[in-house]
Amino acid sequence: MSEMLKNIIRFFILIFVQVFILNKIPPLHQFIVPYLYFIYIFWLPYKIPRLSLTLLGFVYGLCYDFFSKTPGLHAAACTLIAYLRPFLINIFMSKEDPGFNYIAPAPSSMGWTPYIVFVLVLSFLHNFWIVLLETLSFGNFWYFLGKVVATTGVSFLLIMITEILFYRKQKFRTNN
Amino acid sequence: MRNVFLFIRRNLNFLFFLILQGFALYMLFHYNRFHEAVFLDTASEVTGRINRQYNTVEYYFRLKKTNDILVEENQRLRNLLKEDFLIPDTSSELAFDTIRVDSIEQYRRYQYYPAKVINNSVTGQNNYLTIARGYAQGVRKDMAVVSPSGIVGTVVNVSKNMATIMSLLHRQSRVSVSLKKTGETGSIEWDGKDPLIITFKNIPKSVPVKIGDTVVTSRYSTFPAGQLVGTISAVESETGSNFYTLKLRPLTNFFNIQFVYVVRNLQREEQEEIEKATLKQERE
Repeated sequence: MSEMLKNIIRFFILIFVQVFILNKIPPLHQFIVPYLYFIYIFWLPYKIPRLSLTLLGFVYGLCYDFFSKTPGLHAAACTLIAYLRPFLINIFMSKEDPGFNYIAPAPSSMGWTPYIVFVLVLSFLHNFWIVLLETLSFGNFWYFLGKVVATTGVSFLLIMITEILFYRKQKFRTNN
Repeated sequence: MRNVFLFIRRNLNFLFFLILQGFALYMLFHYNRFHEAVFLDTASEVTGRINRQYNTVEYYFRLKKTNDILVEENQRLRNLLKEDFLIPDTSSELAFDTIRVDSIEQYRRYQYYPAKVINNSVTGQNNYLTIARGYAQGVRKDMAVVSPSGIVGTVVNVSKNMATIMSLLHRQSRVSVSLKKTGETGSIEWDGKDPLIITFKNIPKSVPVKIGDTVVTSRYSTFPAGQLVGTISAVESETGSNFYTLKLRPLTNFFNIQFVYVVRNLQREEQEEIEKATLKQERE
């Protein structure tokens, strides 16, 4: 299956999983919202141009927003992490890193530790931005912090479970 | 001029990011104006159709619970029937007025339309429900929505076959309510945190309030008066204020809601007209 087709299928499946499975879970605690859908942005190929990546993040967030009836909220957060993704990848991998021969960011191409940090930082930013825009003020600081941290923790857990369940074996591409 | 172009070229990514971010925030903060735009209307029809498909499955699993709730409501309503009460006093005997043929229709104020809930959320700070009844079936903006067990919210957006409802669990929802026992009126709002706790303000400390007291909609709200809202779960009295801050537990179970009634106020236009006219007079 071509990488393009894979990503298009992921686009819909991840939104549906988020809307119809994760959002239907009765809330465990007021701090916890199980977000998984933005893993789509992590899984996009390395080679995608930065402009398209930002735009794709926006479109993806907006599609999710249509389901959650919050036009702009998730679009803003997804645009943010899609824009910041290349910077983070550049921090963890040098220009000539052999990892770039793989298709997309994954534990197999980045190594577990860099990948975990990559996931943690981006999920934190995503949740930080969402909670900030939702409450529109820091309000109660502990509430704000608790919600961001707890949501990030749950997101991280979900992403790691997905990562292990659907372990992406990638081909090491060479020039010949 | 050349420098400007160079600047744009060099920072194209960042500028593009700012534009998209700005656009997203614009949509977020101009929610209402934006929501009425046609393209979002179409989007809600499409997502609504998917939600309806999903709900056909979900609904099956909740049939039993839904049935229990409806039976409970029927029981409550049957207990209100006039025929069930004996009136010993002959001077107030229950009699039908035969002069006016349809005496109940004449003064009907509220009309109830049933509707199926096809999407619902409780986890966000601003929660909405979607129902499978729209403009073509008589739903209009700002109509009140109640469930078999309590109030639900207000219609905010209507498309041809669907409508979205601003849930009681929405940070901008305000409902005027009163204590059932003594009748004092206050207003409720949700702080966006726990879906089982709603804040009830403006009840003076002179009123005896106990945990477990019932709260109903007041006569000034968009809802029909006396609709169940919730029971008081905590009473907080700050020393600096003359008012209680009460915590309510909503009677509507927002987690498994399947059916609601959209309430049409038949006298609303008249009321709005006269209120507007009064305001106008005052200004002149």
